[in-house]
Amino acid sequence: MNKKHLEVVGKPRRRVDARAKVTGALRFADDLSLPRMLHCKLLRSPHPHAMVVSIDTAKAERHPGVHLVLTKKDFPVPFGIMPVAVDEFPLTDHARHVGDPVAAVVAMDEQTADFALGLLEVKYEKLKTISDPEEALNSPEPRIHEYGEQGNIHRNQSYEFGDVDEALAKSDHVFEDLFFYQGNTHLPMEQQATLANLEGDGKLLVTSSTQNPHYLHRQLARVLQIPEARIRVIATPNGGGFGGKCDPANHEMVVAKAALVLGRPVKIGLTREEVFYQHRGRHPVLMKMRTGVTKDGKLPAMHLQTLLDGGGYGSHGPASTFYTGVLTPVTYELPRFKFEACRTFTNKPACGPKRGHGTPQPRFGQEVQLDKIAEKLRMDPAELRLGMVTKANSLTANWLNVGSTALVQCINEVVARSDWKNKFGKMKEGRGVGLACSTYMCGAGLPIYWNKLPHSGVQLLLDRSGQVTVYCGATEIGQGSDDVLATIVAEVLGIDTGLVRCVTGDTGITPVDLGSYSSRVTIMMGNAAVQAAERVRAQLADAVAEKLEVLPDHLIFSGGKVFHPANADGISFREAVEMAEGKFGTIGAVGSYSPPRPPGRYKGSGVGPSPAYSFSACVVEVEVDPNTGWIEVPKIWIAHDIGRTLNPVLARGQVIGGVYMGLSEALMEEQAFRRLPEKLSSALVHKMPSMLEYKSLTALDMPDVDVALIEDPDPNCPFGAKEVGQGPLLPVMPALANAIFDAVGVRVDEIPVTPDKVLRALELKSKGLTPRVGPDHFPSVPYPEPVYVITPEEGGDGKESKKEERKRASAAVV
Amino acid sequence: MLRLPWFDYRAPRTVAEAAKILAGEGPQAMLIAGGTDLLPNMKRRHQTPKVLVSLRGISSLKGISNGSAVNFGSGLSLTEIVQHGKTPVALRQAAAQVATPHLRNVGTLGGNLCLDTRCTYYNQNYEWRQAIDFCLKKDGDTCWVATASKRCVAVSSTDTAPALIALGASVVLVSSSGSREVKLEDLYRNDGIEYLSRKPDEVLTEVKIPSGWKSTYWKLRRRGSFDFPILGVAVALKMQGDVIEGARVALGAAASRPFLVDKAGEYLKGKKLTDDVIAEACAMIASRAKPMDNTDMDLYWRKEVADDFAGYALRELRGDDMRETRLRIARYAV
Repeated sequence: MNKKHLEVVGKPRRRVDARAKVTGALRFADDLSLPRMLHCKLLRSPHPHAMVVSIDTAKAERHPGVHLVLTKKDFPVPFGIMPVAVDEFPLTDHARHVGDPVAAVVAMDEQTADFALGLLEVKYEKLKTISDPEEALNSPEPRIHEYGEQGNIHRNQSYEFGDVDEALAKSDHVFEDLFFYQGNTHLPMEQQATLANLEGDGKLLVTSSTQNPHYLHRQLARVLQIPEARIRVIATPNGGGFGGKCDPANHEMVVAKAALVLGRPVKIGLTREEVFYQHRGRHPVLMKMRTGVTKDGKLPAMHLQTLLDGGGYGSHGPASTFYTGVLTPVTYELPRFKFEACRTFTNKPACGPKRGHGTPQPRFGQEVQLDKIAEKLRMDPAELRLGMVTKANSLTANWLNVGSTALVQCINEVVARSDWKNKFGKMKEGRGVGLACSTYMCGAGLPIYWNKLPHSGVQLLLDRSGQVTVYCGATEIGQGSDDVLATIVAEVLGIDTGLVRCVTGDTGITPVDLGSYSSRVTIMMGNAAVQAAERVRAQLADAVAEKLEVLPDHLIFSGGKVFHPANADGISFREAVEMAEGKFGTIGAVGSYSPPRPPGRYKGSGVGPSPAYSFSACVVEVEVDPNTGWIEVPKIWIAHDIGRTLNPVLARGQVIGGVYMGLSEALMEEQAFRRLPEKLSSALVHKMPSMLEYKSLTALDMPDVDVALIEDPDPNCPFGAKEVGQGPLLPVMPALANAIFDAVGVRVDEIPVTPDKVLRALELKSKGLTPRVGPDHFPSVPYPEPVYVITPEEGGDGKESKKEERKRASAAVV
Repeated sequence: MLRLPWFDYRAPRTVAEAAKILAGEGPQAMLIAGGTDLLPNMKRRHQTPKVLVSLRGISSLKGISNGSAVNFGSGLSLTEIVQHGKTPVALRQAAAQVATPHLRNVGTLGGNLCLDTRCTYYNQNYEWRQAIDFCLKKDGDTCWVATASKRCVAVSSTDTAPALIALGASVVLVSSSGSREVKLEDLYRNDGIEYLSRKPDEVLTEVKIPSGWKSTYWKLRRRGSFDFPILGVAVALKMQGDVIEGARVALGAAASRPFLVDKAGEYLKGKKLTDDVIAEACAMIASRAKPMDNTDMDLYWRKEVADDFAGYALRELRGDDMRETRLRIARYAV
């Protein structure tokens, strides 16, 4: 308290877990080994859609070294990350995609388990296969799941915020565009691994590379039908997550069950191919955007329709479906907004959350459409955007509170740094720049399962040695959450992060934190940590104040000391803890955090609210060879509204990592599938489930990235720090597509943007045809009647409106 | 992780010993010369040899000699080839663009020449291949690339072979019954399964490269960092002033074997590399590139850009400054 300057926050520091990572001392899940440990392998369906008629396990069970064979009958209870999509069994008798696990073998070693898989005799009854959303819409039968809206439609929804048709009719222009964003996967370096064993007290311990130990904990209790208090989940540091380790997974349930049955440790490590089947990555999304535009470059309304390819299971799909629309009005002013979304089941690995969760797709669409609008209105794309960014603390048409925003500064920053004014439209043929912006949440306002409890808890323990131990359920997935935790506690207590020990991601000993997803950790864990640390500091201040005979409020915690401004000598932090321990007994405190209640009151308003939003702006420069379509990206400029930078080394790493992933998606990544000629085969397989053939950028392929961190501290965030893990990915894809247009005058309205598409568009251009490659139609989707909500601007109350009210409201506006 | 199948491992110290083992074990034995391709393939059950005969311990395969020709031992690592001062340009450029630095440190010249053909329906795990009921190349009956094809159309993916074919190289094959020397282009057959004319009991020991040729190799692939070629264009010219005295053009990754484009070679003889001559030669070269849809990138695009790549090669040999284009495509100096 009363410190003039921040001492830890904002200083470039080596992260607290760096040493373990670079020396190899860190133990990932697959590094773990226990005495008497057995190994598990899963038998996965070779058919994209089939019922398991029977499994003869006798041969496998008799094979020397095999300890256990498990099948569907061992798992009567289903699981699923979202309460509305509990549709998975650890081992299934209804295979929904190639790679769906149907049986498991536990054996003395992996080789034996693998061999014994071949001894299982499975009879399948093949079912008709559905490969994409359009086919799913046209084929209600056979159903991939019994639940859902109808046929093979999993989710189907429609929302209208203000009368959109009316606003479109009054607009000077209406832009209608179709966009497609191909699915892609997380590709973490670490393949998932899990070890399950019974601890000395008889409780089940599941140690796993998971982003969300808390949700896994709950789902294990559900599937195994044992009380949560008898299960402990430890999340090992993840070698990358990106959303792929958010869902509780089949293999985690299976080894947990096997360890319970056998009373021995059981481990599984997925192969790279299996990671592609576990997937839960970016949904392929087809989008239709009808956007009204005034002649001075404002957007009175947008009608957005999305169609998602969900794959074989629900996963986070209900949330993903919302996210293909709900954040759209946060970036730019959009007084009226209609959003219809439909997610279908298909016979492919389930899609779910990947960095940016559902929002990169519509962001790509809108940013490319804005580029087209700017071109038509003969406006500079940066100026167009500067004229329509949302205002701080305003409410969007769909009732989201924008909070703090530094998007204007972000745009100005990348425009200046990239020399945009001298480049855009002015470079030689084949060279161009493109600009795009984005928004992301700093944590979901609501938990995944309904409850009113805190989203994050932190506990501090101090003792006379001067060491500070901080406990939190948050998971270090490489993003640096342990460092964030140590930084915040150290800053509040005026000490160095070296004195702080982080104990995280262990449901057996750490307070609940919902997990490492939705960019929530810095904000939610951080706020809880501030509260806990301030409570401890108050105890220390009381004890020291008594000793120094000053008021506690006047004491300063700084540089490892506690002192009164009148006498900077003060006493050491260690002595302060000792005094407090003497005065109060054992020193500790807890803190917790719940996000503010969002203003929206209509059903469905729970997806999208966040304590704060981050904003980014990005300029990509490209060089396109007009003969081959070859794309070269020499440089990328990005400015991110981070609120406050806690550790610039980590923050820049996150920004560059996000840009890397975005550029890789923009240029090449595809979770694509291959269907063989139907007369000869019913196969529907992942095209390239390998690290080599699933193309992604490598370090060598990365351009220079210029990073600007824009600091505008947000009052809802710890020391004002907003998220940085996901937002900076979002503007990269549209900025790349827009740069291609500036370079050679062609539009590729789909991701990825590959040389063959550019060349095809160039050929169209040379023939005088529309130089565009992208989707050519949007299928007829039976969207429901919209939930109609009057916007804040038009006097709504945040609730759904009846038709009469709707009429009255629009009459009042007219 | 994926596990290797069981196999016996033999480590002969001489070529004669290796040849003897091969003769004794028959076709169930395979040579391992680096293993950067073979071992992953074994994990995916493409090959399940009963015996692996390692060439690593045979020091004579590491030799380099030079006279009117440069002779490289087949056991030299690709890194050693890249770093050696006598390596002709096209070979150096080809070797430098194989896989990654780590793999080049282990992979050998002989191994790269004998590299298994590749196909998107083949280079997959056993379980994946089971899901398509396998393919003609391994365990199945249908070629999924061309379902009417009686022949496997898996694509030759070696980078060093087209470069060496353009350079006019030959290779020495040694078996227990003697040795023979064949022109490198004759080592290959246009069959995705039986892609080598090497007999199972022969050891490829040496590569002989005539000198006096000016050469270059251009590789098309998605990423500069590590991908197999989806087109390789190698050109070697023997010049008399600015007139072409001899020309050899070879294509890689455009069929089940690397091959010479004789017509283009003949055409170039006696000509100067004018823009018109280059354009005409490029058209001839590109017309021979008939890729199949069995590797990375869009098939039509790959065909479309073949003449551009041929043009890069010829212009570079003419003396045009192609360094920028090269860097854009290869992403590092080669």
